[in-house]
Amino acid sequence: MKSLQEYFTCPDTGLKFHQPVIALAKANIIAAVVYLLAGGLLGIGVALTRWPAIHLLPSEYFYIFLTGHGAAVLLFWIHLFSCGIAYFFCTTPINARLATPKLAWVCFWMMVIGSAIATVMVLTGQATVMFSAYPPLKAHPLFYLGVILFAVGAVGTNFIILATIMKARSEKTYKGSMPLATFGVMTYAIIGIFTWVSGAIIMIPTWLWSMDLISNIDPQMYRLIFWGLAHSTQQMNIVIMITIWYTLAAVLFGARPLSEKVSRTAFVLYLFALQFGSAHHLLSDPGTSFAFRTFTTSYAAYLAVLGSLLHGLTVPGSIELAQRRLGLSHGLFEWLRKAPWANPIFSGLFLSLVIFGFLGGITGVTMSNQQINMIIHNTMYVPGHFHGTVAGGTTLAFFAFSYWLVPIITRRKLAYPKLAQYSIYLFGLGMATFSLFAMAAGHLGVPRRHWDITFADAVLPFQFPGTVQLLMGIAEAGVMVSGIGALFYLLSMFGTFVGKVVEKGAAQPLAEPAGVVAARMHGGTEPAHGKGLEVPGSLILAMVLLIFLAVYYYAQYKYLGTIWTIR
Amino acid sequence: MSYTSLQPIPQRHWWKLPAGRDEAIWITAAYGWCLVMLVVMVGWYFFGNQNQAGEAFRVTIDGFSNKVDEMIEEHQLKDTSGTLMSEGETEVPLVKVPPGSDYYMGAHQYSWGSIPVLELGQTYVFHLSSLDVDHGFSLLPIVLNLQLIPGYDYVLRFTPNKTGVYQITCNEYCGLGHHLMAGKLYVIDTAKNVILDGKGGITGMGS
Ligand code: HEM
Ligand SMILES: [Cu+2]
Ligand SMILES: [Cu+2]
Repeated sequence: MKSLQEYFTCPDTGLKFHQPVIALAKANIIAAVVYLLAGGLLGIGVALTRWPAIHLLPSEYFYIFLTGHGAAVLLFWIHLFSCGIAYFFCTTPINARLATPKLAWVCFWMMVIGSAIATVMVLTGQATVMFSAYPPLKAHPLFYLGVILFAVGAVGTNFIILATIMKARSEKTYKGSMPLATFGVMTYAIIGIFTWVSGAIIMIPTWLWSMDLISNIDPQMYRLIFWGLAHSTQQMNIVIMITIWYTLAAVLFGARPLSEKVSRTAFVLYLFALQFGSAHHLLSDPGTSFAFRTFTTSYAAYLAVLGSLLHGLTVPGSIELAQRRLGLSHGLFEWLRKAPWANPIFSGLFLSLVIFGFLGGITGVTMSNQQINMIIHNTMYVPGHFHGTVAGGTTLAFFAFSYWLVPIITRRKLAYPKLAQYSIYLFGLGMATFSLFAMAAGHLGVPRRHWDITFADAVLPFQFPGTVQLLMGIAEAGVMVSGIGALFYLLSMFGTFVGKVVEKGAAQPLAEPAGVVAARMHGGTEPAHGKGLEVPGSLILAMVLLIFLAVYYYAQYKYLGTIWTIR
Repeated sequence: MSYTSLQPIPQRHWWKLPAGRDEAIWITAAYGWCLVMLVVMVGWYFFGNQNQAGEAFRVTIDGFSNKVDEMIEEHQLKDTSGTLMSEGETEVPLVKVPPGSDYYMGAHQYSWGSIPVLELGQTYVFHLSSLDVDHGFSLLPIVLNLQLIPGYDYVLRFTPNKTGVYQITCNEYCGLGHHLMAGKLYVIDTAKNVILDGKGGITGMGS
């Protein structure tokens, strides 16, 4: 009987896996984790250099490390991990088989080889151009080739995901509509195709140019198309992260969205806003009109912003609803206070949500307002912002998801569960600290990607005030804390992958059911159902976010109004 | 029937399912806020004083470089003894163009090319471009940041509203000497006798 070996059913969770998915997910996750290790070490090197009191690396190494860090974590860690778990999302929840496992392996190896080539070129100092590689800065041709290989592999995985879903639909492996999680991953794959294609459109000519086969790459055109790639890769990791949020809420609490319509529409909005939104990276560039800037940052970007704001309510809302149904319905926030905060799967999910929304989200929306952009563009504010989104948000969600999925697919108990528990708090709070203080330094004008803000060797002397040194010191100390968190995650993953296989009980214990907690707390409660709101706690959290955003936004325009007249 | 976000839902047409009241309230608030931002952004373009959309023209690097040289030739400041004024080891020239006229700033690895001397409250037409790779024009302490791109002349009218010694740093990575790229800019007020002190600062108020 073929089907006996073709599928594996997890005895702990009852989840049914297509066998090739398990192997692929493991391989992709291992490769991703290796890049997190490499990127993390490079990041620590960068941070110890930008910490004014330490100033560790010589300048050339600093720029090499920074280029390597950006590529290793932003591209390779995030996208290898996403591919691995996307294979799970497009099969198990809809009972499907992966369409073409062989091709998926080809894609995997292309991504591994491509990323390895690019990394070697960076580390040997032949591609010190930052991950954005703006021409006319030129890297070794192999660097571009590596990135292209990686992109082609990645686009392949997106086609495989879509093909798998279509095949499952035509074979009717499930009834009704696909689960929200699978819907999320479908969105991810569609965005991926646009993304990597625009990557190829710009990277291939740039590669040819690096070999002198093309005489000129227009630097502005490059920036425009490059951000079509790089901005949508950001959108991809947002979509995967949100899918993880919904999934972990489902796993932990049996949660489902408040309404399918709103949550799914929020995903669809990303598709509409996709490519236009990328123009917010060009707001302080020459070359585009006011009308273009307004269209792209308002109409287009707001659709995406609205999508994210919707998830911002419905993700905690889905948890709140599930908790209330089971009896944790006292007051506004009992559902949250009594949540399993010691379980890294939950704490990772919730911290990721909060850091993404309050640090990454508020600041991202503010700085994509056309005029505000010119008071933060390319300052330390920018790394501050995106460590809130992609490190404190996406990466933390990946940690939490690993703690759930990796034991299940490796059939091994999670190693060092205590370290796992601490890793979430250390990484989350460390990144939040970095994010906040880097943004503060950015408001005072500290440049990003900069080796020496004391300008010791510059022709014209300049010194930032002492406050700036202090802010940078605190920010980088935060990075050290998050580095320890990342180390704990890596140890726990390593221990798990090499651990002993167990027949049963590999899966990480989940939350104590809310019903049991409620019974202990107050002898159980009849689910308070009323005329009022369904999820008042989440709505208040969401409104608080909106108020923070409004106040912060107002402060930015107020400051902007005090500087020179610029027309 | 109960299901979670990880299970198929019974309905085929998910878009026909109702949305809840909490969500309706939130959508209204959230989209309302987006519209506020839109109105402010457009309003600021017409009524605000700070807008970086400006104009941009394609230029050749040589052409732009010539403009910079011509400007320096014609407008480099002289001190009382008639010697040309400059600062730093590489003798970066101090340049004062008449109010209302063009100022050509050609950034290159790793220098800003000249030190502008501007009069308070006067408007100057700045032409910002690069002579080699991308650079980031970052004017401190007001933290005004603009992207300079070779082959593009970014034209913006600047009207300084405060006297002082400003710094220009480069905040776009432009090569291994990126951190050497510090520059300077003076805003003086000759009418009030706030002028260059000849020692890298200005006299009177605002220094
Ligand atoms: C232990 C974890 C991490 C450390 C120590 C760290 C530290 C840093 C530091 C200090 C910078 C320098 C900013 C500058 O000088 O402009 C930086 C830049 C950056 N980081 Fe991280 N970070 C970490 C995690 C991450 C993660 C998880 C991601 C993405 C998934 C990420 C993406 C980036 C990117 C894209 C840059 C910008 C590189 C560039 O400007 O070219 N970081 N990081
Ligand atoms: Cu973006
Ligand atoms: Cu530079």
